[in-house]
Amino acid sequence: METKVLTAKDYLNKEAIRAFFVGFGLPRLIISGFLLILFILAFIMKMDLTILLSDSLVRIGMNGLLVLAMLPTLVTGVGLNFGLPIGFICGLVGGVISMELNLVGFRGLFSAILFSLPLAVITGYLYAALLERVRGQEMMVGTYLGFSVVAGMCIFWLMAPFKNPVMIFAIGGKGLRYTLTLFQHFGKVLNNLLAFSLMGVVIPTGLLLFFAFFCLLAHLFFRTRTGLAMIATGANPLYASSSGINIRAMRYTSIILSNVLAAIGAIVYAQSYGFLQLYTAPLYAAFPAVAAALIGGATLKKATVSQIIVGTILFQTLLTIALPVTQTALRGADISEIARMIISNGMILYALTRAERR
Amino acid sequence: MPESYVLELKGITKNYFGTTVLKGISLSVKAGEIHALVGENGAGKSTLMNLIFGMPVIHETGGFEGDIFIDGQKVNITSPRQAMELGIGMVHQEFMLLPGFTVTENIKLNRELSKANLVSKTFGSSFETLDYPAMQNDTSLAMKKLGLSIDETSLVAGLPVGYMQFVEIAREIDKKNVRLLVFDEPTAVLTESEAEYLITAMRLLAAQGIAILFITHRLDEVMACSDMITILRDGEMVTSISRSNASLERIAELMVGRKLERAQLPPRAVEPHDQDLILELNNLQVQMPGEQVRNLNLKVRRGEILGIGGLAGQGKIGIANGVMGLYPASGEVYKDQNQIKLNDSKDALQSGMAFVSEDRRGVGLLVDESIALNIVLTSIEAQQKFLRPAVLPGVRLIDKKSVRSYTLKMIKDLDIRCTGPNQPVRRLSGGNQQKVCLARAFTLKPEVLWISEPTRGIDVGAKQLVLDLLVQMNREYGMTIIMTSSELTELRRICDRIALVYKGRVAGILRPDASDLEFGLVMAGKKTAKEVG
Repeated sequence: METKVLTAKDYLNKEAIRAFFVGFGLPRLIISGFLLILFILAFIMKMDLTILLSDSLVRIGMNGLLVLAMLPTLVTGVGLNFGLPIGFICGLVGGVISMELNLVGFRGLFSAILFSLPLAVITGYLYAALLERVRGQEMMVGTYLGFSVVAGMCIFWLMAPFKNPVMIFAIGGKGLRYTLTLFQHFGKVLNNLLAFSLMGVVIPTGLLLFFAFFCLLAHLFFRTRTGLAMIATGANPLYASSSGINIRAMRYTSIILSNVLAAIGAIVYAQSYGFLQLYTAPLYAAFPAVAAALIGGATLKKATVSQIIVGTILFQTLLTIALPVTQTALRGADISEIARMIISNGMILYALTRAERR
Repeated sequence: MPESYVLELKGITKNYFGTTVLKGISLSVKAGEIHALVGENGAGKSTLMNLIFGMPVIHETGGFEGDIFIDGQKVNITSPRQAMELGIGMVHQEFMLLPGFTVTENIKLNRELSKANLVSKTFGSSFETLDYPAMQNDTSLAMKKLGLSIDETSLVAGLPVGYMQFVEIAREIDKKNVRLLVFDEPTAVLTESEAEYLITAMRLLAAQGIAILFITHRLDEVMACSDMITILRDGEMVTSISRSNASLERIAELMVGRKLERAQLPPRAVEPHDQDLILELNNLQVQMPGEQVRNLNLKVRRGEILGIGGLAGQGKIGIANGVMGLYPASGEVYKDQNQIKLNDSKDALQSGMAFVSEDRRGVGLLVDESIALNIVLTSIEAQQKFLRPAVLPGVRLIDKKSVRSYTLKMIKDLDIRCTGPNQPVRRLSGGNQQKVCLARAFTLKPEVLWISEPTRGIDVGAKQLVLDLLVQMNREYGMTIIMTSSELTELRRICDRIALVYKGRVAGILRPDASDLEFGLVMAGKKTAKEVG
């Protein structure tokens, strides 16, 4: 009954190959293949591969936490957290407060996270309470709640009593600017931490480690009693409740966790980008994260940390490579943005409409 | 000239995936005759009906052998539509009515009477105006045949349940050519007075020359109205007798009767007795749709195997589900004199009870997860077993090593056929899935094990194994087992006592060797047996 060791002969076995294909999943195969073609194209067109790779690594670390935020709600069966902007905004508020207090460097970064946490927990709870009332339509309601919150927060950004002159509109002296530059505060602190260059490719060590740390935490979390209870809740709510698990509490917890991860993810995103983007900027924050999670092979019923990581790497690399390559290949036409929309929305559409075939 | 039969079945045999559910059934119904078809759950009544009505499920599973004759003509019924055209009407157990439509609209749905108008002359008959007066006229005619008057324009939604049943029937008899009406347990959802009305209506219909095939397990109704009685048991026709030759007792006996093969069970040091109770249910009520429990009282002796039997819909399934907190329940449950919180699965589990649900895939398993996780997860959640300390204080993680070794042991002990602990349970056969469910329950080391329909949907060999396992657990560990089952045979095979549930209450507790007659009567609510020792 032990797992048997695969020999070379087995690898050539058609069945084994088929099993591998099924296990890895067709979408990931297609995208990996597409990526490979893009790399070859980039090489043929004599583009600077090192820059492309450096960019990919930064984007992976920058978006990773936002994709990871999809995990808790997927596991408990709440679905994809399309209300990601809610947590994202909590992160922005934390960042803004940290700036107002003129905290710089890692102090700035961590106090931003600290300020955003209580906000994310409270809004997460309220968000969960709303989703509990609309069971079965969480994703639809989440999408529009996210949109509404972004719009509502525009008023907050205008009215909030922030005084730091680098943040508010130069004319009028009231209201936060659209884009706040972070270079004086905590811009790129994670990216530059222990960063080094390897054959021309810059490795943003701190950023990647930060993402890896959270992935490890998530991995361990799903081995605790609470984590396992969440898995059971998502896999079969009746089994879960017959095991004495409080399903409602698990759903609430997962949504709050997702919201908190989104808040931290927003701060990491901002520090890597170097700017805090306010007002309508977070409007579509959820979609790239959703697409990445789905590309990784997560389904509405089951998701793992490794799927999140694979998804983030595939999706972000694809975006980084695809844009310049298509731009160069189709000179003059601004195809890149269109390509990006097609890829991310197409992926979401594909994954959401796909019925699990058994 | 021989008598003409409206419906004749000859040598009907039907297999479902190798299991014979009907064996050489022959029966015939004359015009104006009420023919009752009785039998326990799983005797083959519904299959026979589906077959007569040409339900797709019959043909999708390989058709059947034997012939059906309508008015002496051999027919091959392949769809419900064709059955209707042949004049067969069916009154279902569940109502197939549109609540927001009026009585008339429901009765005439898709058979509307209409008049031509200007638009329809141009665009075709789909655009014709409905002829409401004519339709209402038809409806009240049909209602009159049933000896009933309802306002044809009232909405179905507001009608009492009993009336909805009549609307169903009216729809069938409004079809002009209807000659045979099949009633599939029509009185199951009716009150007694409504049921009486229905019986009267059936007699009226029969008097108008319509043949009626009446499926039920209420024996008093059978005696009240039928002309002929056919008894099915385990897919075989036991006999067809006329009512004048039948008695309630005789039917009950024929319905249940089978050779009892009670294997020699290992003896105990001390037999369970009434002075040492482990569980007491007082006034238990469970709101489980279709299996309501009403004011049930039951005492369970420590160390016994108690069977809970009864016909479908009488509430036997609801008991375990209510006690274990899966369906809303009220009343009092005491285990060892300690009251257990109802509607709280966690409290039930922590008080030393475990539950193997009748709904294996719905409640019992995480079908896409591994065998190992399925077996241990409930213990992790309810009893905090299989956890090991992690780096941080207070954080404990699943102990994969002990889970694996424990699962391997369970796989060996219970003989679960699989490729290993990590195989998803979806890939297992029904019997092996049931063993995983059992392993899940055993892992909790329960003092009381509730198990419902332990052998449903599994093959014969696995059935025996599961039953043996229960006996073994009972004898070796003194585990009290409360087993709910629709199969009286298996209850009588391993139980010490069998409680029969009728209308949500315990109608009687019988010894497994009580006579077939007694079982039949108590199950049909015709007799309440005293508790036996």
